[in-house]
Amino acid sequence: MARIELRLAHSYLPNPQRDEDYALLPLELAFEDGGAYSLLGPSGCGKTTLLNIMSGLVTPSEGVVLFDGRDVTAHTPQMRNIAQVFQFPVVYDTMTVYDNLAFPLRNRGMSSQNIQQRVHVVAEMLDLDKLLRRRAAGLSADIQQKISLGRGLVRPDVSAVLFDEPLTVIDPQLKWQLRRKLKEVHSELGLTLIYVTHDQVEALTFADEVMVMSRGRVLQVGSPASLFEEPAHTFVGHFIGSPGMNLLPVQIAGGSVSLGDIHIRIPAGMRTVQGAITLGLRPEYTQLANPDHIGAAPAEVRRVQDLGSHLLLTAEVSGQLVKARLPRDLEPAAPEPGDIVGLQLLCERTRFYQNEELIT
Amino acid sequence: MNGYLKPVNNRAWWLIAPVCLCVAFSAVLPLMTVVNYSVQDVISPTRSVFVGTEWFEEVMRDRDLHGALGRQLLFSMSVLLIEIPLGILLALCMPSKGWKASLVLVLVALSLLIPWNVVATIWQIFGRSDIGLLGRALANIGVNYNYAANPTHAWFTVLLMDVWHWTPLVALLVYAGLRAIPEAYYQAARIDGASRLDVFRFIQLPKLRGVLMIAVLLRFMDSFMIYTEPFVLTGGGPGAATTFLSQYLTQKAVGQFDLGPAAAFSLIYFLIILLFCFVLYNWMLRVGAQDTEPRHE
Repeated sequence: MARIELRLAHSYLPNPQRDEDYALLPLELAFEDGGAYSLLGPSGCGKTTLLNIMSGLVTPSEGVVLFDGRDVTAHTPQMRNIAQVFQFPVVYDTMTVYDNLAFPLRNRGMSSQNIQQRVHVVAEMLDLDKLLRRRAAGLSADIQQKISLGRGLVRPDVSAVLFDEPLTVIDPQLKWQLRRKLKEVHSELGLTLIYVTHDQVEALTFADEVMVMSRGRVLQVGSPASLFEEPAHTFVGHFIGSPGMNLLPVQIAGGSVSLGDIHIRIPAGMRTVQGAITLGLRPEYTQLANPDHIGAAPAEVRRVQDLGSHLLLTAEVSGQLVKARLPRDLEPAAPEPGDIVGLQLLCERTRFYQNEELIT
Repeated sequence: MNGYLKPVNNRAWWLIAPVCLCVAFSAVLPLMTVVNYSVQDVISPTRSVFVGTEWFEEVMRDRDLHGALGRQLLFSMSVLLIEIPLGILLALCMPSKGWKASLVLVLVALSLLIPWNVVATIWQIFGRSDIGLLGRALANIGVNYNYAANPTHAWFTVLLMDVWHWTPLVALLVYAGLRAIPEAYYQAARIDGASRLDVFRFIQLPKLRGVLMIAVLLRFMDSFMIYTEPFVLTGGGPGAATTFLSQYLTQKAVGQFDLGPAAAFSLIYFLIILLFCFVLYNWMLRVGAQDTEPRHE
């Protein structure tokens, strides 16, 4: 158990010069003891590097890693007492499931009675108790990954358990189950869990605190709700949500927002800045309105998809595509491709970004 | 009822005819010639007598053959016991990437490029006590090394030669096997706090099972058929110290022109190799693959 602090930058190259040379740009992060965190970002954004630095598999080229204020930058994974589960199942083929789970404990010299107790607790949690005597080699990929998860969770005194996209190889149905199991384990054992994934659903359902990363940078740290409501960066707005936030380049001058040749009047009381900025509005908050309404813009409908629970409307506003999530029981009737509708682009949910960062 | 069965089309047999022909001429017919010789006494090219299993019985009772078989078994086992562990050790020490890896690979593979008789000639000169580096050096430190006169020296020289020539093959196979182990296994082992020995026992060795099986079979078959090296180095001597099965067979077939017994023995030789490979293969397939009982419950 420990509070983990990172103040570092990392490059795999010997003499990094430009920003692109860095796998991780200078960052400062803290993981509180007992929290459930997710690192979310597309492939190649540096999340696995960050994880390997925490576990000690990779030494950062600059900066320090602190556990409870102690500098552990030079410590091995063994000394840091970290558990890590990898993307693909790693099992010791020649051992039984029991021996696999007991292996990290035996290496730390735990008494065989305690080992037995711990292994049975973890095996029961992961539904492996009937397989304990089986050899690990012949088992299916998802069971092998459960064994890997078990080896990560079996040590009672770990500083943190790190998961590197551990559910990639698992069937979707089982994924839900296992993710719920992990949440249960988290509340039961009170371990610090850090979960790396590129799947936003996985990250948002698992963690109390999500860190969104892109190109070696941590763009925003926050609860799932705050990432959704207040994306601090256009990347976060676009990456989180399905579909992501509508982002429109606009000019604000005087009392109106110009989008190409369309001018939208700004509603009274709305805080804006002047100049060239980006307007962001989530499809969930984009509503139909009278085109003449204050804050609304005329749009030509391009496509309407019925997704079962809702309609997804794609419309064109002055050459830009805007998506809106609409209820299925629209009165009088759902718009058809080619129709001209009004979209309420300026409302209290509208956000403005300058240089990709949130202003208001 | 059964109206949907596929029509039987016997013309498909023609498709495998070329393969059958090739195998017939390359393997079956030559083998059958040997079988033919093994049951006849060939007196002259035009006269031969059917003798049944007489040659087989005679060969089985041959004391020279027993000696050669014993030497052969000892030799092949020694080859395996030395070359396999040594090859693994070498492969573990080889660098995994960069220009050093390429350089080491080329250096290690060098001995594999040398023909058998050249290897034997190299060692013949190398071991001579008058001009050879090894022989001279040993003589200078007071070892009376002479592979031409001392049976033990001759035997160990042949063994050393084989180890020098073929350990790199094992090393290369194991090296390839090691490179195929994903990095995550080593990372997981570090996280689990495994020692270097544990990594070898629980990760590397189990993952090398396939390549080791190939290495053992190749080295066994090859060493069991060794002929050129002892023939060039010592001619099978001194006495019969380095007369292995192939050489014994050649002496019988070509030297004494005893075609019948030689053919009978060829068949037995063939069966011995087949049997050993079968046993080794099945044993290696099973070792570490059966459901072991857990240590606790």
